[in-house]
Amino acid sequence: MSDLRLENLSKTYAGADQPALHPLSLSVGAGEMLALLGPSGCGKSTALRLIAGLDVPSSGAVYIGAAPVTALPPEARSAVMVFQNHLLFAHMSVAQNVGFGLRMRGLGRTEIDQRVAQMLARVQLTAQAQAMPAMLSGGQAQRAALARALILRPRVLLLDEPLASLDPHLRGEMRALIAQVQAEMGITTILVTHDQAEAVQLAPRIALLMQGRLCQIGPARDFYDRPASLAAARFFGGVNFLPAHIAQGQVQCALGRFGARAGWAGQGHLTIRPESVQISPTPAPNVINARLTALRDLGEICRAVVVTDQGVSLEISLAHHAAQGLSLGQTLYATLPEGAIWFIAQGADE
Amino acid sequence: MARPRGGAAVRTVWHRLGLALLLGALLAPLIPLAVWSLARGWRFPSLWPQDLTTQAWARALSPNGGVLAALGTSAMIAALVTLIAMALAVPAGRALGLMRFRGRGVVFAIIAAPLIVPSFAAALGLHGVFLSLGLTGSFWGVVLVHLIPVLPYSIFIMAGVFARYDTAFEAQARSLGARWRQVLRHVTWPALAPSVLIAALFSFLVSWSQYLLTLMIGSGRVQSLPMVLFGYASAGRNDLTGAIAILYILPALLVMGFAAKRITGQSAGQLGLR
Repeated sequence: MSDLRLENLSKTYAGADQPALHPLSLSVGAGEMLALLGPSGCGKSTALRLIAGLDVPSSGAVYIGAAPVTALPPEARSAVMVFQNHLLFAHMSVAQNVGFGLRMRGLGRTEIDQRVAQMLARVQLTAQAQAMPAMLSGGQAQRAALARALILRPRVLLLDEPLASLDPHLRGEMRALIAQVQAEMGITTILVTHDQAEAVQLAPRIALLMQGRLCQIGPARDFYDRPASLAAARFFGGVNFLPAHIAQGQVQCALGRFGARAGWAGQGHLTIRPESVQISPTPAPNVINARLTALRDLGEICRAVVVTDQGVSLEISLAHHAAQGLSLGQTLYATLPEGAIWFIAQGADE
Repeated sequence: MARPRGGAAVRTVWHRLGLALLLGALLAPLIPLAVWSLARGWRFPSLWPQDLTTQAWARALSPNGGVLAALGTSAMIAALVTLIAMALAVPAGRALGLMRFRGRGVVFAIIAAPLIVPSFAAALGLHGVFLSLGLTGSFWGVVLVHLIPVLPYSIFIMAGVFARYDTAFEAQARSLGARWRQVLRHVTWPALAPSVLIAALFSFLVSWSQYLLTLMIGSGRVQSLPMVLFGYASAGRNDLTGAIAILYILPALLVMGFAAKRITGQSAGQLGLR
């Protein structure tokens, strides 16, 4: 059952020649967390503002539950947005900030105090209750901003890059907190982010937006294993693309011919994740001979570039221990597991 | 440890000395005024008046001496001018500070014009306009003409404030369930109040210090404090001039003291956070 549904929601800002958001339709299930992912300027924040009611859509509708809310002002929607910059009100203490929404709803003081105390405990800010926002660290401020939204128990939670303003070492902590609280409270959530790793770690399902259009929507894993377009594959770190065409159930490409999977057809590209290619320094049956032309250290892993006898360049991820002892120009033997190869039909984006 | 502490102490001494000099330079001109207001017969080459008296003060503060009435008129004019100026400057400053629109530079230039054109030249032209509108010699005519030098200051202050203002706070408040009126009351106003207060104080002072425009448009019928002050000054009544001048400067001193406290208080608060 979907809890939040967008129907051809679009936005063209006054004076702009391109729509910031082309008609977008998607739905989010009750208690689900969906990541709205894309590079900056792709329309993801626009979509969030339209759902929150902070901007008026050029066309389309937003439904929360079964009810259309497109005509409602932001304060009347059960969708609360948390901005990238915590936006804590500087003249209020942390406790007053967290209690703000309840106060606006006219709740009694005792109930507000009680719920604020509970919420502060949940985000580990009890000690900072009376502090002013300027005294908080970046992580504390972001937790207070999250608490200020969660205390309202909104039906839909809209998170706009909640980790982007934090130092890298604080992100893991905040990410864990978001995941935990969202799951415990079962709030339908849209997470806007430009970071594919963040999207994968937090959201089981991802919608990828590019240039204002929905590019692909589905389980996070699909973006690695079954990208719908070259752009989607590249956004998730895909680097190996080999022109190919499918004829009579056979794939034809520079590496040779092999059987196509059902549904593959026409012109396009074969792709394989750099981490799916296996290499070994010793020959074996059914391997591709390749020469090592570059080796780069990416920090946690190494990246090798090899050129096969057919002149095809492939990038391969390697563990450091596996990269040790390799030397440039050396011949390696690569295996491309059949299940890891995926075909992207032409015209999916370009 | 002793050395930095000694350095800090020396700095404090210099700091205090500098402050004392500054205050002295600001307040020194008031001393002869105060002496004059209490003097009976003080002629060259005497260093001190022959006799001291509170006569001038008694006259200045007497209910039917005209000085208190002028003080009231000035305060009333300045208060009304401030009220109207702020009612216009807050929305105008918001538009100029937050929005980028075609012709914004032209609007800025038009608003700044009264500060650039010499006020005497402007006053002559304005006199003609006000005459034809039948506004000369009236209280409201003076209020209106005071708005001309006051509005540029108040609008520029508010435009500067709004240029640093983030409307995302308002969006956040609405998303948290606040209606527009609640947003204004709980978010927008508290964020802007200190700046609005300072802009209002400066508007008050600019109106309070107008002489030429009051003289020309008021046609001598609107007796503000500067009118009375200049009257006694040109009549050679140094004792009354001294007393009235002190009354005249008082609000300015209060405002400056308040504004300074406000400004330094804020910056000290910000320093304390680092």
